[in-house]
Amino acid sequence: MFSCRQGEWRLCGPAIDIFRPKVKPHSFMLPTLSLENQRNAARVLQHASGDKRFKILEVHMKKHQFRQDALIEVLHKAQELFGCLEDDLLLFVAIKLKLPPSRVYGVATFYHFFQLKPQGEHTCVVCMGTACYVKGAEKIISAITQQHKIRAGETTPDNKFSLLTARCIGACGIAPAVVYDGTVTPRATPESALGQINQWVKK
Amino acid sequence: MMLNDLTSIKETELAARKKIILRCCMAAGCMSSDAKGVKQQLDRAVADAGLQNEVEVRGVGCMKLCCEGPLVAVDPQDSLYIKVTAENAPLIVAALKGGTADLPQADPNAAFFAKQLSIVLANSGLIDPERIESYIAVDGYQALHEALHEMTPKDVVEAMVKSGLRGRGGAGFPTGLKWGTVAKSPGAKKYVVCNADEGDPGAFMDRSVLESDPHSVLEGMAIAAYAVGADQGFIYVRAEYPLAISRLQIAIKQAKQMGLLGAGVFESPFNFNVDLRIGAGAFVCGEETALMMSVEGKRGTPRPRPPFPAESGLFGCPTLLNNVETFANVPAIYRKGAEWFAGIGTEKSKGTKVFALAGKIKNTGLIEVPMGTPLRTIVEEMGGGAPDGGTIKAVQTGGPSGGCIPSQHLDTPVDYESLGKLGSIMGSGGMIVMDQTTNMVEIARFFMEFCMDESCGKCIPCRAGTVQMHHILDKIVNRKATPRDLAKLEELCDMVRNTSLCGLGQTAPNPTMSTLRFFRNEYEALLQPDPYGLPASSAANKTELATL
Repeated sequence: MFSCRQGEWRLCGPAIDIFRPKVKPHSFMLPTLSLENQRNAARVLQHASGDKRFKILEVHMKKHQFRQDALIEVLHKAQELFGCLEDDLLLFVAIKLKLPPSRVYGVATFYHFFQLKPQGEHTCVVCMGTACYVKGAEKIISAITQQHKIRAGETTPDNKFSLLTARCIGACGIAPAVVYDGTVTPRATPESALGQINQWVKK
Repeated sequence: MMLNDLTSIKETELAARKKIILRCCMAAGCMSSDAKGVKQQLDRAVADAGLQNEVEVRGVGCMKLCCEGPLVAVDPQDSLYIKVTAENAPLIVAALKGGTADLPQADPNAAFFAKQLSIVLANSGLIDPERIESYIAVDGYQALHEALHEMTPKDVVEAMVKSGLRGRGGAGFPTGLKWGTVAKSPGAKKYVVCNADEGDPGAFMDRSVLESDPHSVLEGMAIAAYAVGADQGFIYVRAEYPLAISRLQIAIKQAKQMGLLGAGVFESPFNFNVDLRIGAGAFVCGEETALMMSVEGKRGTPRPRPPFPAESGLFGCPTLLNNVETFANVPAIYRKGAEWFAGIGTEKSKGTKVFALAGKIKNTGLIEVPMGTPLRTIVEEMGGGAPDGGTIKAVQTGGPSGGCIPSQHLDTPVDYESLGKLGSIMGSGGMIVMDQTTNMVEIARFFMEFCMDESCGKCIPCRAGTVQMHHILDKIVNRKATPRDLAKLEELCDMVRNTSLCGLGQTAPNPTMSTLRFFRNEYEALLQPDPYGLPASSAANKTELATL
């Protein structure tokens, strides 16, 4: 997982060499972590010490007594704090919960709710539950795709908004439902969705 | 906390009851149509009119008729205002002095409400889900007290067996039998897990129960824990239900403060803690072994059974796993008696079932009916039929694991066996109505795409089979398939159903198979003639292919 970061690794190479003597990787990880990940771990811990959000995340882990079975809870909190789960953050969680990074990465990629890439400024989640589908949710998606040239799961190049789909948000009584930045809107139409998105894009 | 404390809370609550109660629906459906603003305006209007001593504005759970939200009901006037907005909410308060406001209303005696029989949803829409006192006032936690102080765990299990309750998650396994197995399993540590991972698209019963009456689920879990000898419970909720999560958190906190959860419940030696586990959007986690993996913080992949969770479940300990609706039935069974419960429903399916009625139908929302009620009563009388003069083509039950029931079978009674005979399942209770404009092949493709995306990838029949079936369905929809493709599809359906590891794969072909069974003409109309002129039938196809 971290080998793909080689380009970046070269960039911060010299910095890590400076930090290495100061921050020792956790002894428990030595046999399981590759040399590269050990260096990454050192960098992450150093980097985390200056960011308040990592502190909040650590307090949250402490609340769960650093239990390994609370991994999903911790990842929820991490995503809430950071917006998405980037490699450094996953490695930080792995170190703190004493889990192999592969396990943390495996869980983060298994569940749809976790985003590994940063999202746009706004999010538009179209519910694709059966009730919404029967009532025309797909038309909403195709209207947005046609006008803004992005497919479900993608973000516009200007980073204005991300188009996402949900399995079912349980608001079937008011189908089709669309969630704009966390606010559920009932009985959406392609026109109403495009109207809302155009407001974001204009700004 | 003892019984007299419980009754004194109940009496205080009833004594403080005001003459008029405005019940404002605060469930997720109505909240999205600004129910919060409506409640604020009602509060302000009551304060402006100086009626604080006579009128209570109460935020309640789901009032069932979700399509007409936000809803406001007036007690004891028996009026139900629909589509209330923050602007016209003060008119309701103004009309309290006499008569009713000139606003759209629903008839509370219409078939949609009159034909319902509420056990699980009895408190939904009546009590304030964020106040435990409100639940205690409707005899809440009395069943738990009775179980702890007047019954042995064995009695509790026996009463459950007698009630005939079957699991409401879809498969319909007898609950009493499950409790008995977990109770008999050796082990010092046992767990009770509530499956609130309502993944079926189109189902929202569990969300409503958790948002409207979270304490009934907690009480049911506590009774179950006492029966099987567990001291730790988990509720696994979907992350897509933020309101249900926050109400559960409030409910657990309040119950702990009152000594109804935690150490020494009702001053007995029984301890029971409940923790929440938030899901992260994986449909397969509704499967019991996958759910337990997820509770343990791992990838939610199922494992072969046996050993069943009753013997070796969460963290390797015996685990009782039931659905939200199953637990919500429990307090009423002990309060009113197992015989009373067994008297409702059909011979093999006892009690009631909650359905989430949605799709192309006039009245969408929640309904709770006795088992054995004909589908026609639900769809045509209660649901009001298809809107805009349309005709009902099919009713889909059981989500991606269920099937489509065509209109000619609408007289089928809803119970586990009858739906099974039609190639569908009871499922958790999602009921999507489709009208004449719905293309059944596209529906089959929609569900197959769902299963394909949600397959966890552990076993090959499901991982590869769903992709191939989706590919063929896509070909059919795009008019590129030949009769041979259709034969291949049927063969794949059969293979995936019989060889998959867990319920997801085993039931993934159901929507395709049931639409093929009842709407085969729609598939055939889209087929292209075979370029080699080969016959269509599956058997003939195989021999032909062998000689090619």
